[in-house]
Order: sequence, then structure tokens, then C-alpha cells
Amino acid sequence: MNMNMSLNMSLNIPASHESLSSMNRPSSGEPVSRNLSDNHSLGVRVRDLDLWYGESQALKSISLDIYQNKITALIGPSGCGKSTFLRCLNRMNDLIPSVRIKGLVEMDGRDVNDSKMDEVALRRRVGMVFQKPNPFPKSIFENVAYAPRMHDIVSRKADVEALVESALRDAGLWEEVKDKLHQPGTSLSGGQQQRLCIARAIAVQPEVILMDEPTSALDPISTATIEDLMDRLKRRYSIITVTHNMQQAARIADYTAFFHLGEMVEYNDTKAMFSTPHTKKAEDYITGRYG
Amino acid sequence: MTHSFDDISAQLRRRHRKTRWLKGLSMGALGLAALFLVFFFTDMLIKGLPAFSQAQINVEVDYSEQASQLPMAAVSEDMRPLVSRGYLRLVPSRMRDNPELQGTTRSEWVLADSQVDQYLKGHHSKLSERDQALVDQLQAQGRAELRFNARFFTSGDSKMPELAGIASAAVGTMLTLLVTLAVAFPIGVMTAVYLEEFAPDNRVTQLIEININNLAAIPSILYGLLGLAIFINFFGVPRSSPLVGGLTLALMTLPVIIISTRTALRSVPDSIRHAGFGVGCSRWQVVRDHVLPLAMPGIMTGAIIGLAQAMGETAPLIIVGMVAFIPDISASFTEASTVMPAQIFTWSGEPERAFIEITSGGILVLLAILITMNTTAVVLRKRFERRW
Ligand SMILES: Nc1ncnc2c1ncn2[C@@H]1O[C@H](COP(=O)(O)OP(=O)(O)OP(=O)(O)O)[C@@H](O)[C@H]1O
Ligand SMILES: [Mg+2]
Repeated sequence: MNMNMSLNMSLNIPASHESLSSMNRPSSGEPVSRNLSDNHSLGVRVRDLDLWYGESQALKSISLDIYQNKITALIGPSGCGKSTFLRCLNRMNDLIPSVRIKGLVEMDGRDVNDSKMDEVALRRRVGMVFQKPNPFPKSIFENVAYAPRMHDIVSRKADVEALVESALRDAGLWEEVKDKLHQPGTSLSGGQQQRLCIARAIAVQPEVILMDEPTSALDPISTATIEDLMDRLKRRYSIITVTHNMQQAARIADYTAFFHLGEMVEYNDTKAMFSTPHTKKAEDYITGRYG
Repeated sequence: MTHSFDDISAQLRRRHRKTRWLKGLSMGALGLAALFLVFFFTDMLIKGLPAFSQAQINVEVDYSEQASQLPMAAVSEDMRPLVSRGYLRLVPSRMRDNPELQGTTRSEWVLADSQVDQYLKGHHSKLSERDQALVDQLQAQGRAELRFNARFFTSGDSKMPELAGIASAAVGTMLTLLVTLAVAFPIGVMTAVYLEEFAPDNRVTQLIEININNLAAIPSILYGLLGLAIFINFFGVPRSSPLVGGLTLALMTLPVIIISTRTALRSVPDSIRHAGFGVGCSRWQVVRDHVLPLAMPGIMTGAIIGLAQAMGETAPLIIVGMVAFIPDISASFTEASTVMPAQIFTWSGEPERAFIEITSGGILVLLAILITMNTTAVVLRKRFERRW
């Protein structure tokens, strides 16, 4: 594979691990970050990230590390900045003119917001699945084949077909659509469309996949399919997902970050987060006593 | 206190009545509009359809030596007032082109004078009593009748109504619109794409936007003056040519295309753009591969509406000289030419009764082309849409 530029290779920042463990002592209201097992490779490093929409600050001094080949769930009440944070990771916030960003988002040893960083290159390595399924108004085949062809990952017809099939298989959609690859992607059901969007994202062979409430519009069966899928995909990708569903976070995520009013209140191993939350706010939210 | 159904119904009755009243009113308005349309079309058809038939008479044509000098001599003296002078004038050249005609006498169907035509169609004509009797006699013998007027569609303008045709103006219109389309479409679409997809939202772009909207509201005659000043006086584009007419109309069509393209682009949901950016498209790739294809039906509708508007435009073209008298069809972008509405305008100013008919005929042709254009637009749009 031509993707041997994986993120961890050039990332060696032992200092941050130390600083993280020194922050382990929780005090309510303070951001809590802990990393229980040290053998994970680091995917994304975020430090003191502030973000403003015009005058109003939507993210306040966020610091966290996201690990490779893990699923990290972002939870928190509506409007707390989860989607905003997610968009910082592939610079989708660039599309909103009023946005101003301060702080560090580091991947592969590079500052993502650096002026020398090409956001197109970044988005090729950091795929995204949106809350609402948004297939291109093209055929199912074209939906998947478009981006790899554009990035010159494949060009021969047979290679394109093989890639489309494998992406659709990975997304668990192949069996359902193999006979109608040339029908419009928009003719699929909502859950199928979302899986098509996942197939589209993994077809460019990214390293990180961002998912903003990928199952919020889906029925339990489609949701289960997508959760299975995420579990399988994390072998090859780092997944960061936003969810409002606590059970879902508990089921699928290795790490969970709790956001509240633009701050990251707690970040921990999912099991620990759900069994013994360190902050009152997180506890209240998880147990459903909050909003 | 509870309300019975009857209580509520009593209250509702008033509201229902209002609904019925409004419905009746809007239906009345629609009916009135339809009535106008029907009236307009029937009037045009009644006035214009006769232009598509033309009186012809069967006479002895004598291709003698004398006729090649003096065309009048080709037909007998009593028939002369009945035959189109335009036809007679062509006799010598026909004899030159077809030598086998020389010295023969043939009985031929020839174009009748417009007065005969008017007389046969039952209109007032300036034929003398004697000539009227002669026409009646010819008709009784089956030697005078109304035939399909193919000449109207194949020849250019003429001072003789029986010879006048719409073809040179139609060709002029086509060439002019080609120039308009070639100039206004790419510039308009690219401007709209820039403003909508690339430009930052600041004072400058807002100013540009306001000005574009204002441009669309400027009386068309001013575009004519602008075209005259820029294209003819400054750039020296030949006057009266389809090139200058097309450029002038392009100025006028540009805002229409820009505005409709922007509307079409804006109606493409942002989720599609996000999908494109999400897989690593550059801005241009998002526009070219995802936004433009979706916006295309809207853009095409706008372009066709703009072109149809341009096609019916007369005033700015008169200013750049496109009301020339063009008897011959010329397919050149730089030679003097006229367009259909200008041709219709010229005919409508002619005093002869027969010209009223061909004026209406010209309007019918123009309308037919416009309707065809709009239908094509709808069909094309449906095609585009049906893809997804
Ligand atoms: N495009 C925008 N312009 C201005 N403010 C915005 C924009 N998008 C989000 N915000 C504001 O930023 C804050 C965080 O929004 P965000 O969408 O990140 O919340 P969220 O945690 O994803 O909420 P939800 O769970 O409802 O999706 C909110 O107060 C919101 O009003
Ligand atoms: Mg959100």
C-alpha cells in the first residue's frame, strides 16, 4: 500500500505523555485527561485549542490526545462544541468565514492549521462522515469511485472496480447494492446512504475518520450495522465519532471525551468514564440527570 | 365550556366563505389572463395565417428576345397589372441562366401582384374594375389561386410585399444570438461561480452584487447606446452587423444569466459541497464536479430565458443599426444584417395593406421560434433532471 506514511511514524512526543499523566489528578470542573495503557500510538495531538465564531467562543482551551486504531467518542449536551471540534481536525471550519482558531492541532508532526499545510492533503488523510447522509447525486459506483480517481489512487478500470467493491464490502453494503451499482446513490435508504458515505470515505484510504453523529438519523438495525462496521474499521483507521447515545458510546468507544459549554471536561478510557466518572458534570450527564 | 360541532361549524362558515371568495378571485384572474392570451393568439393567427399563402396565376410567358431587354414584354398587356413586377424583373436573368427558355412561350404559374393577392383573400384592393373581372374570370378557369407561400420563409426583405420574406432576418437573428450566447453564457456563468463560490463576502462583492441587480433593471435602449459607444465607436466593430448586435445583447443578457446562475448555485445544498470537501476536493473540483452539474438545469433555464428576451429585443438593435434593409441572406458576422423583431418593426411601418399581413406572419414565426426554444429548454431540463 502506498500509505506507509502512517501518522505515528514521525510522531514522537514523549513529553506530552508525561504531562498527561501529571494531569491525572482530577478536580471537578477541570479537564481530566488520562491514558491508562501507554502502548497506543498517538494519532492527533490537540493543545490549548480555542475557537471563535465571530465574537462568541465555541471551544475553550481544548487539550487532548487521540490514539490510533481506537474509537474515540465525543459526548456532551447539544451546542457544547462537539461538531465544531470535529471540524477542526480536518479544517472544515475553514469554510465558515467567521471562524477564528488559536492553538495547536498536530498530526504526523505537523500543525494542521499551519499556513503551509494544504487542507486538501489533510482531508485526504482525514476522512469525514456527516450527520445527515449526503451521497453525491451520482451513481452508487461513482460515489465511491470519484475520490480515489481524483486522488490518483487508482486509474485503471479494473483497479477502480476492485477498490469500489472492497470499500463497499468494508462498509457492509456490497451485498445490498452489487446488482444496482449504476443507480443513483440517493435512491438508497437512509441507512444504506450512510454506509455509502462511509464507503466513500474509506475508499480514499484515510488514516483518521471523523463521524458526526453517523447514526442519529437511523433505525436500530442500521445503527447496529454501522456500529459493527466501526468496530471492524478501527483495525485500520482511527475513528473519532460524535454521539448523543450513551449506550452507543459505551458499546463502541475505547475513549470518551465529555464536552460541556465549549470545554472538554473529562477525557478517559470509556470503561472508566462510564463506571467512575471523575467529574460531577460528566457523571450527571452520563447518568441522565443533565439535559 | 365545551363547544358543540355546530358551534364550531358556525364559526368556520365565515372562514370557509373567505377561502371560497379568494379562490374564486384568483380563478377569475387566471381566466382573464387566459382570455387575453387566447384573444392575442387568435388575432395573430387570423391576421398572420393568410401571409403564409400567396396568389399565383397561370399566364403565358413569352421568352422572346424582346423580353430579355424589356421584361414587361414577357406577358400580354392585359395580364401585366396582375403579375408581380418583382417576378417580371427576374425574367431576363432567368433567360440568361436557362438558355433553353429562349424563344419559347410557356404557360406558367407565376407570382401574382399583391393587389391580386389581397383581392383573392377578400380584402380591399386597388385593382381596377376591369382587372377585378379578369381575376374573377381566371379564378373561374382555375388559373388563379392561393398557394403556400414558401418564398416567405426562403427570401429576404423586399419593397414588394409579395416578394418579402423573413429568412434574412431569421439568419440575422440566429447569428446575433450565437454571438450573444458565446459571449454572455461563459462570462455570466463564470462570474456567478466566482461571486457565489469563491469571492469573500465583503463590501466590494456586495457592491458588485447590487450593481449587477441594477443592471438587470436598466431599460434595454440604454444598452444600445452603450453598445454604440463601446463596440462601434471605440472598438470599431462594423455597424449593423450580427457581431455588434450580439455583443450589445450580450451586455443585456449578462445580468440575467449571472442572477439566474447564482440562484441555481445557491439552491445546491451545502451538504453536497461539504461531501466534496470532505473527500479532499479542491474548491474548483467541488464546483466543477458537484455543484455545477446540479445547478445546470437552473443555469440553462436562465440562459434560455435571457436569450429569448434578447431575441425579442428591438430598441438596442435599432441603435446599433440593425434595422437595415437586407434583401439577400448573408451568413456573415460582420456584414450588415437585420433581426426578426426589427424586420417586423420595419414592415409594420409600411403603408400597404399587404404588409400588415406579413407583419403578423413574421410575428407568428417569431412566436413559433420562441415557443420552440422554451420547449427545448423544458425538454433539456427534464433530461438533465432525470439523470438523478
Ligand atoms: N456556523 C456557525 N456559526 C456561528 N456559530 C456556530 C456555527 N456552528 C456552531 N455554532 C455555535 O457553536 C456552538 C457549538 O456548536 P456545535 O455545532 O459544535 O455543537 P454540537 O456540540 O455539535 O451540538 P449538537 O450536539 O447539537 O450537534 C453552538 O453554540 C453554536 O451555536
Ligand atoms: Mg453537532
